[in-house]
Amino acid sequence: MREEPIRESVLEDQQHQAIRRLAHGFELERRDFVKLLGGGVLVCLCASSGLAQESGAARRADSAEKLPDSIAAWLHVAEDGAVTAYTGKVEMGQNIRTSLTQQVAEELRVPVSSIQLVMGDTDLTPFDMGTFGSRTTPTMGLQLRRVAATARAALIAMAAERWKTDAATLVAADGKIADPKTGRAVAYGELTKGQKLVQVIAENPLLTPAQDWKIAGAAVAKIDGRDFVTGRHQYTSDMTRPGMLHGKVLRPTAFHAKLAALDSSQAEKMPGVKLVRDGDFVGVTAPDEYTAERAVASMRAQWDAPQQPSEAELFEYLRKNSKHEDGAQHVSGSIQRGLAIADKTLSQTYTVSYIAHVPLEPRAALAEWGGGKLTVWTGTQRPFAVRDELAQTLHIPTGQVRVLVPDTGSAYGGKHTGDAAVEAARLAKASGKPVRVVWTRTEELTWAYLRPAGVIEVRSGVRNDGTIVAWEFDNYNSGPAAIGTPYNIPNQRIEFHPSDSPLRQGSYRGLAAPANHFARETHMDELAHAVAMDPLEFRLKNLTDARLRAVFEAAAHKFGWGQQKSSPTRGLGIAGGVEKGGYVATCAEVELDPATGEVNIRRVVEAFECGAVVNPDGLRNQVSGCIVQAIGGALFEAIHFANGRILNPRLAEYRVPRFGDLPQIEVEILNRKDLPSAGAGETPFAGLAPAVGNAIFSATGMRLRSLPLAPNGLPQNHKEGQ
Amino acid sequence: MTVTLLVNGAEHRIDVPADLTLLFILRNELNLTGTKYGCGEGQCGACTVLLDGKPIRSCRTSVAAAAGKKITTIEGLEQNGRLHSVQQAFLDAEAFQCGYCTSGMILSSVALLNSNPNPREEDIIRFMNGNVCRCGTYPRIIAAVQQAAKRQG
Ligand code: FES
Ligand code: FES
Repeated sequence: MREEPIRESVLEDQQHQAIRRLAHGFELERRDFVKLLGGGVLVCLCASSGLAQESGAARRADSAEKLPDSIAAWLHVAEDGAVTAYTGKVEMGQNIRTSLTQQVAEELRVPVSSIQLVMGDTDLTPFDMGTFGSRTTPTMGLQLRRVAATARAALIAMAAERWKTDAATLVAADGKIADPKTGRAVAYGELTKGQKLVQVIAENPLLTPAQDWKIAGAAVAKIDGRDFVTGRHQYTSDMTRPGMLHGKVLRPTAFHAKLAALDSSQAEKMPGVKLVRDGDFVGVTAPDEYTAERAVASMRAQWDAPQQPSEAELFEYLRKNSKHEDGAQHVSGSIQRGLAIADKTLSQTYTVSYIAHVPLEPRAALAEWGGGKLTVWTGTQRPFAVRDELAQTLHIPTGQVRVLVPDTGSAYGGKHTGDAAVEAARLAKASGKPVRVVWTRTEELTWAYLRPAGVIEVRSGVRNDGTIVAWEFDNYNSGPAAIGTPYNIPNQRIEFHPSDSPLRQGSYRGLAAPANHFARETHMDELAHAVAMDPLEFRLKNLTDARLRAVFEAAAHKFGWGQQKSSPTRGLGIAGGVEKGGYVATCAEVELDPATGEVNIRRVVEAFECGAVVNPDGLRNQVSGCIVQAIGGALFEAIHFANGRILNPRLAEYRVPRFGDLPQIEVEILNRKDLPSAGAGETPFAGLAPAVGNAIFSATGMRLRSLPLAPNGLPQNHKEGQ
Repeated sequence: MTVTLLVNGAEHRIDVPADLTLLFILRNELNLTGTKYGCGEGQCGACTVLLDGKPIRSCRTSVAAAAGKKITTIEGLEQNGRLHSVQQAFLDAEAFQCGYCTSGMILSSVALLNSNPNPREEDIIRFMNGNVCRCGTYPRIIAAVQQAAKRQG
């Protein structure tokens, strides 16, 4: 029997929704709001929203919102020809401000410089679920192209109407509609006179095929790049408002702690300091950050924290507390039958640690009440969800909250929630002034959420000729992304088991794809060795997916796979996979020092294919950035914890990849102009860890099945089978 | 205490507690927000500025220690609307993604090129190892430094 494939996107979305809120649980008083919002009618949300918030089940108003279907919501042409486009997506370093602008420019036939893209502003831009899951290029890029193509057709029709001529004979170019027969031309702005284009976005407008792209598909310099090299760009943490105060929150000593006693007398004596206490939430506002910090540091608080699981028991705990979830299992064929015809069977367990995103700009928000509204600037990947979160936690209607996202100092899946936004809004409410909250690095490493830890069990059967006949894959807690196998295996059972995570966890670049790829591609390597086949040959033998084969072959070719030999000090490994429409294959060469156990990744060759390439230069930058970031999770990044406390909440104690960790990186992009474009911010991440682990094995015979692979160099006294 | 700070050629007299960090003063008192906070521990280099031409972590430097010395921040590199050659090289090589590390990277690179106009790749890696780019733009940063070296040479 055959069941439906696992509904990964639904499960992932549930995970996004389930990121635990920081338990501030504000009580707030209604009359305060009437004052702050300047009167008028206030509709309070029903009481149950408080409950929903506690249980972590965020309201799903999200998906209910419909995308506007009129051009006017997405695009405006001013009388002087300036174009404004609107998207709920946000820029965090993925370069989509530039790539989306390119796509609008392409379809509207205007120069990039005439377009201003308004991003992530809940009052101005159409609703958007959030910037994650590599959905920007396939979904938003296409949407804006459709909008711009419809607008172009509308402008042509307007010119045809004006000249009483056949629209089919007119051409749009460089912000003008021209009539090649008569030589007349009219600028877009002159046609619209700044009026809204109210046409409904066409179902199938005439889109420019990728082969004909002139602006999209070209290496366009980063828009406002100059602001970044001059320090002029204002991130949220740089912004100020007139009269702005600085906020700081008193953090508990452990997770889930309750405030038992507080002596804040010192803080209250400091000039300009205002204390805000609301349930277990304690914060201050002060005229400057330094004073706010000192005020919080001066407080004597007693926290009661429950006993909580520690790192040593983590994997057992995750397995024990896992649940079976409907739709989280995929079965085809019969494992029993598969194992019965296998010549060799293999059963192994893989684990991944919690890791932190460490966005270089920590969480930050600036909140201001006034003009009948709460306005919050904050670096988040989900401005609309944060708007809802603010409305819920502060008990005001969504319509009175506006969230704006300045281009942000990166996120990598780590900024889905509105933690700092909620804190700033609460403090601003109490002080009656705009308040900015910027988290410290230690707050980031402790109170932000983490990439889930997980246990993955794989059981498989293979025939001596290299045919895989059985594949069982159980993932506990780390997530369902890329859990399926791209190899042709007749008998499969694959299941994701959600569990109860001891630490706050959520999205991370690629979600569970790096973890699932690590387990699968390491296990593939183990199977190849079990039947004494070359790891690449073994993969290709079990693979018919032409796109995945193509990247494997491209990476192997460029790397010179099969032409070099590993030695005890030099290992070679390969891994690959497919996720979110992106195909990746990675070859790694590692250098080992047997005396010290030190591991250095010397060279990485990665082939990547994601359909038609929109901005080749930006894409290379993304792929190479993924590889560099993946080095951390592969070799040394891990959050350590015990009984509700993070043990390494400082950058000195949490190692991230630096210049010195950099291998030689070669990126091979396969441009498939005939295929729709997919996103590239995540999948290129997935191949690195297993390729490195496999390379270590090829040199040492040591099979490492836990990420990070070598946090303190190679484990000494490692025995096979451990 | 009252200190005199010489920032980007301008003199500022400010009255502050002596233990305040230079980073704090630059960002909050002088409104020079191009210098970033990334860790406050001296570990990430986002707060790098030049003190008499040497790169320092402004998050670990007290105002008292910076008093009277020549301080250069990212805002001080551009001259009469012309980017410094290192800024131009970063822009041309697009040596950033989110850009949050960029100010610190550029100032470290300027300092490197001042002391070593022709750095080899290993020199760049060693000199810049204290600057973190979480977006992983290291290869392009190296390329940008090399480009700037060529242009200055
Ligand atoms: S903020 Fe100074 S080194 Fe990180
Ligand atoms: S570009 Fe984002 S941290 Fe360097």
